[in-house]
Amino acid sequence: MTPLAVSLDVFGSLDFWIGVGLLAATYGIFTLGLQLNVGYTGVINFGQAGFMAIGAYTMAILVVEAEISFWLALPASIIVAMAAGLIIGLPSLRLRADYFAIVTIAFAEIIRYTAVNARELTGGSQGIGGFDGAFLDLSDLMLEGLDSFGLGDQFLLPLLIVAIVVFGLLTVGMYFLQRSPWGRVLRAIREDEDAARALGKNAFAYKLQSISIAAALGAVAGWFLALNLAFISPTQFDPLFTFLGYAVLILGGLANYFGVILGAIILWTLLEGLRLMDLPLDASQTAALRYVLVGLVLIGLMAFRPQGMLGKRQEMVLGD
Amino acid sequence: MEAAEAGAVENQQGRLAGLGASASLSPPVVAALIVAAIAVALIVTQGLQPFGQTTVNGLISASYFALGAVGLTLVYGTLKLVNFAHGDLLTLGAYVAFVANVSLGLPILVAVLCSVAGVAAFGVATERAMWRPMRAKGAGLLQLLIMTLGLAFVIRYSIQLFAGTQPRSLEVDVTSSTSFLGLTIGQTQLIVVLVGFAVLLAVGAALRFTSLGKQMRALSDNFELAEVAGINTDRIVLATWIFAAGLAGLAGVLYTSAIGNMTPNLGFFLLLSLFAAVILGGIGNAYGALAGGVLLGLTQEWSTLLVDARWKLAVGFLVLILVLVVRPQGLFGRQERAL
Repeated sequence: MTPLAVSLDVFGSLDFWIGVGLLAATYGIFTLGLQLNVGYTGVINFGQAGFMAIGAYTMAILVVEAEISFWLALPASIIVAMAAGLIIGLPSLRLRADYFAIVTIAFAEIIRYTAVNARELTGGSQGIGGFDGAFLDLSDLMLEGLDSFGLGDQFLLPLLIVAIVVFGLLTVGMYFLQRSPWGRVLRAIREDEDAARALGKNAFAYKLQSISIAAALGAVAGWFLALNLAFISPTQFDPLFTFLGYAVLILGGLANYFGVILGAIILWTLLEGLRLMDLPLDASQTAALRYVLVGLVLIGLMAFRPQGMLGKRQEMVLGD
Repeated sequence: MEAAEAGAVENQQGRLAGLGASASLSPPVVAALIVAAIAVALIVTQGLQPFGQTTVNGLISASYFALGAVGLTLVYGTLKLVNFAHGDLLTLGAYVAFVANVSLGLPILVAVLCSVAGVAAFGVATERAMWRPMRAKGAGLLQLLIMTLGLAFVIRYSIQLFAGTQPRSLEVDVTSSTSFLGLTIGQTQLIVVLVGFAVLLAVGAALRFTSLGKQMRALSDNFELAEVAGINTDRIVLATWIFAAGLAGLAGVLYTSAIGNMTPNLGFFLLLSLFAAVILGGIGNAYGALAGGVLLGLTQEWSTLLVDARWKLAVGFLVLILVLVVRPQGLFGRQERAL
C-alpha cells in the first residue's frame, strides 16, 4: 500500500452521486428547519436530531407495530413531531437563547435514550426495519419507468428523485413563507423582539410556530433517512447530526434558504468523498478525519466569514 | 453516613420550624430540604443499604461532575462563552494521562500532573488563538457557540484519529475493592472520591479566600464592573482558563479512573451532565457548580433505585430541563440572571 496513492475514481460513479444526493436532500430538509429557527427567528435549536428521530420512529412504529398504512403514518409522524416541538417550546422558549440551546439538546438526548432503552417499542440499539414495503411498491413502479433509460438497476434512484422533489418544493415553500407577512414578523422578532412586541405581535407564539415547523421539517428528513437505509437505529440521531446540520447552515449562509441547498451539496460531497476515497487510513480514522475537517470549517467560517457563502453579514444579529 | 444524613434532616427541619417555614428561606436551603426529604423517602421505601450504596456511587460521579462543571461555569460567567468544547477538554485530559502513564510508563501521579498542565496550556492556547481575537471582533453569541462546536469536533476527532475508538485504560487498579458498613467501593474509586472532594474543597477555599479567586468570581459576576474596579481583566481571564481547563483535565482523569476506561466520546457524553450541574447551581456561580455537580451525581444514582439504571442519564437531562423551566437562574443564581 503506497501511502499517497489517493484514488479519485469514486467521484466518477453514479452510486456515489446518488448517495451524496440522498444525504444532501435529507440533511437539506433537516437544515431548512434550522434555517427557519436560527436564520430567521433567532432561536438556537440544538435538538433537530431529536425531531428527526421522532419523525422516523413514529412512522416506523406506526407501520410495523400498529400496522397502519405507510401513507397515513407519514402525516401522523409530522403531527407527533410538531406536538413535540410545542411541548419543548412552551416551557423553554421564554429562556435566553443559550439556555434554549442547552434545553433542546438535552431534549434530543432524552429522545435518543428513549429510543435506546424502550426496547419493546423501538427495538433498542438493534433498531427497526420493515416499514418501507409501501414505498418499495412505488419505487418498483418508478424503476420500471427508469428502465427505459437504462437506469432500472439503480434501486435508490426513485428515492433520490422523491427526495429531491420534496426538498425542492419545501425550499421554495419556505422561501415564500418567509416573504409572507408571517415571515416578516419572524424577522422583526429576530431583529428586535421588544419592538415586535410593542407593535402588538405575540413574539412567543411566533417562535413556537417556528419551532413546530422546524420539527415538522425534521420529521420529513427522518422519513428519508429511514427509507435510505430501510432501517433506523438510535445512533443515526446522535447530536452530531444536528451539528452537521449547523455546518450545512453556516456553509450555505444564514437567512438564505437556497444557501441550504448549496451547503448540503458541498458538505456531503466532501464527507462522502472523504469516506469513499481510498485513503490509507482505517474506517474510524477516516470518520475522524472528516469530522476534524468539519470542525475546522466551522471555526474558519465563524472567524472569517460568519455569514457563510450566501448569507448577509447584516442579517447576523443573534444574541448580544 | 446515614446517621449524618438523618442528622442533617433533623437539623434542617429544626431550622424550618424555627423560621416558621416562611417564604424567606433561601433557595439553597429549600433545595437542601428537598434533597433531604427525598433521601428519607428513599431510605424508608428502598432500605438503608441500597440507599447507602447508591449514595456512594453518586459521590463518585459527583467528584468529576463538580470539577468539570466549575470550569465550565467560570468560563461562561467570565467570557459569556457557552463552551461546547469543555467536555472534550476532559477527554483531552484523559488521553494526555494515557500517553504519560501507559505509552511513556510514567507513574500515575506524574501522569495526572501532565494532564492538568497539558490541558491548562491548551486552554490558554485557545484563549489566545481563538477567543480573545473573537472578542476583539465583537463576535455574537451564535458565532462563538458554533466556534466552540467546531473546536469540540477538532479535539474529539483528532484524538480519535490518533488513538482510535477502542477503549483504553490507565494503569490503575480496577479490580480490588473495599467494603465498610456493607457498602462497596472500588479501591481506585475511593481514591477518586477522596481526591475529587479534596480538590473540590481546595477550589472552593481558593475562590473564597485568595485574591485571585475573588477576582475570578468578580469577573464572572460582572465583567465591566470588575474592570472598572481596577481588576486586571486580561490576567484574570488567563487565570480563569488555566483554572477551568486544568480542572477539566483532572476531571477527565478521575472519570476514566473511576469508570475503568476511556473513549474519544467520553467528554461529549459528559458535557450535558456538566451543563446540568452548571445550570442547577446557577450559570456563572462557581460554588453553585460544585454543589450542582454533587446534586446531579446523587440524583442520577438515586434514580437507579426507582427506574432501571439505563435511564439515569436521561434522568439527569430531565432535571436540567425542569430546573431551567422552574428556576432558570438555578439554585444559587440571583433573579436578574433569569430571563
